[in-house]
Amino acid sequence: MPKTLSGDEILQKLMARFPDKVTPKKSPGSTPAHPVIDREHVRPILSFLKSEPELAFNFLADVTAVDYLQLELPEIRERFLVVYQLYSLEHNHRFQVMARVPEGDPRLPSVCDIWASANCGEREAHDMFGIEFEGNPDLRRLLMPEDYPGFPIRKDYPLRGRGERDAFPQYRPGLGTGDIFPEDATGSWSEKANKGSLP
Amino acid sequence: MSPRQVEEIYRGHAEDPAYQGKHPEPRFFFSEEEEDELGGKKMVLNMGPQHPATHGTLRVLLALDGEKIAAADTEIGFLHTGFEKLAEHMSYHQWITLTDRMNYMSALNNNVGYALAVEELLGLVVPRRAQVLRVILCELSRIGDHVLCAGLQGMDMGAFSLMLWAFERREKLYDIMEAVTGARLTTSYTRIGGLFRDVPPDFAEMVKAFLKNFVPFLGEMEEMTVGNRIFEDRLRGTGKISGEDAMSWGWTGPILRASGVAYDVRKARPYSGYERYDFQVPTQTDGDSWARFIQRIDEMRQSAGIIEQALEDLPDGPVNIENKKVVLPDKTEVFDNIESLIHHFKLIMFGHGAATPRGADVYSATEAPNGELGFYIVSDGDMIPYRIRVRPPSLYNFAVFPRLVQGAMVSDAVAVLSSLNIIAGELDR
Repeated sequence: MPKTLSGDEILQKLMARFPDKVTPKKSPGSTPAHPVIDREHVRPILSFLKSEPELAFNFLADVTAVDYLQLELPEIRERFLVVYQLYSLEHNHRFQVMARVPEGDPRLPSVCDIWASANCGEREAHDMFGIEFEGNPDLRRLLMPEDYPGFPIRKDYPLRGRGERDAFPQYRPGLGTGDIFPEDATGSWSEKANKGSLP
Repeated sequence: MSPRQVEEIYRGHAEDPAYQGKHPEPRFFFSEEEEDELGGKKMVLNMGPQHPATHGTLRVLLALDGEKIAAADTEIGFLHTGFEKLAEHMSYHQWITLTDRMNYMSALNNNVGYALAVEELLGLVVPRRAQVLRVILCELSRIGDHVLCAGLQGMDMGAFSLMLWAFERREKLYDIMEAVTGARLTTSYTRIGGLFRDVPPDFAEMVKAFLKNFVPFLGEMEEMTVGNRIFEDRLRGTGKISGEDAMSWGWTGPILRASGVAYDVRKARPYSGYERYDFQVPTQTDGDSWARFIQRIDEMRQSAGIIEQALEDLPDGPVNIENKKVVLPDKTEVFDNIESLIHHFKLIMFGHGAATPRGADVYSATEAPNGELGFYIVSDGDMIPYRIRVRPPSLYNFAVFPRLVQGAMVSDAVAVLSSLNIIAGELDR
């Protein structure tokens, strides 16, 4: 019989099963408390949440990361948190799990084999924060170019890096494109266009 | 690190002398040496980023064995605008304008989803009239998104008149949007704690007139497509996925329900008073492109039903909450009244705006036309969000695309892509 549990009830169950591995992060205001765990316990705890029949979190809605460089909270202690949003279609309850990732060694086990949907969320967190998800079969950059040197949503990355937009080669009418298109023996596309030899 | 040092490190990769301007290598999940039936290597066909069938800027690479797709890979990020980064430098109010630009086909759903997330963070409940108006406008926007998707699916399959019909309906819908919000696409209509302004007095008549013609139009659309050999044969059986796989890959919205999983956020976890309306969650069983087409038409009927019910019980009253520490005062008040002027300045000036709880985090999900649209907000007590993460439905819906087209024909790739309704602005943010 499906039974919807509140966030606090799920947290109680989790703390009963994994005592001293789960730190609840109390939120001010009306928002519920969420567990914060260390990265060694990510896979056991998330597999437990999926396989336990009373919880049955069969849907991973999102994986993302938060950089806590400029916001110090007692439960967090490390620079990054990876945030998992879980949902159970059977019982209709939601839950959020957060895992600490240290700054010097940003590695974390992947959960791609537990939920296939973790792949693109992990890829984006890897792209934007530089977190390595060990065991992800396809950990490439998702949105930024493959050879990009920085991690844009980290807090120490400026809103606008120098030359971010205007340093790309641009097409200027009459002046050619710089080196976007390699010139062949018969002249570049833009030269042809300027001479009027193109239809 | 000083800002100057930071600039030295991150100076934009195109300016880097080591930058070679290379394209990333596609990653296909098969061995490159493997030979095809005719004894040759596989041919790699590039589709996009500028291609009429992608309906946006995204790149698909197909490794072909004859005309069969042996493997596919995708590359996205061409429209990456850094909305999540920009959010950390804008106030909660300012960022509303950026939510439009993510899914520009149904901007109102994004506006409402974001406003609900911030209201959950601040613990606000908007007045009943604002809730009902949000529901009506969300459903109108959903109709606009679905009708366009169905029309474009027709266009990609060669049924061009379907697209023209759909565009005609959408234009009529956009006339309503323009009268209500002042803009056709980038609406920016919601505010934290309510709406930008009340609807015009003839709003109900406009919507009723639209629906009167629209519901029969859905029948016409079905008449033209159901039983049409060319249209049905191209869609049936392409991009088939089981409900279990779809759920495991994080699919949500109409395409998940077309695979038989009846998950709808409006029904499962109602927001904005959706529990008051009587509507069904239609599902299909096949899970192919055809099922997705029919699913969207069924959902438009339900949306029309919700709008009719909501218009019936549209209450009078204000559309904004009373708390002037949060909601922007009316512009006419600002010019005439010193108190409103002070409230306006306090809300607009950095360092003075609405206080948020420090260290709180909220994940709020709504049902956008493409699926579950989630906003995850972390606040640090300031009027500027510490971090906003958008859970875009298109990203998760698109991730499984290479597996969907594996083993299909090249023309099926177009059929599958248009049935997923990928909005590139939402995919890349």
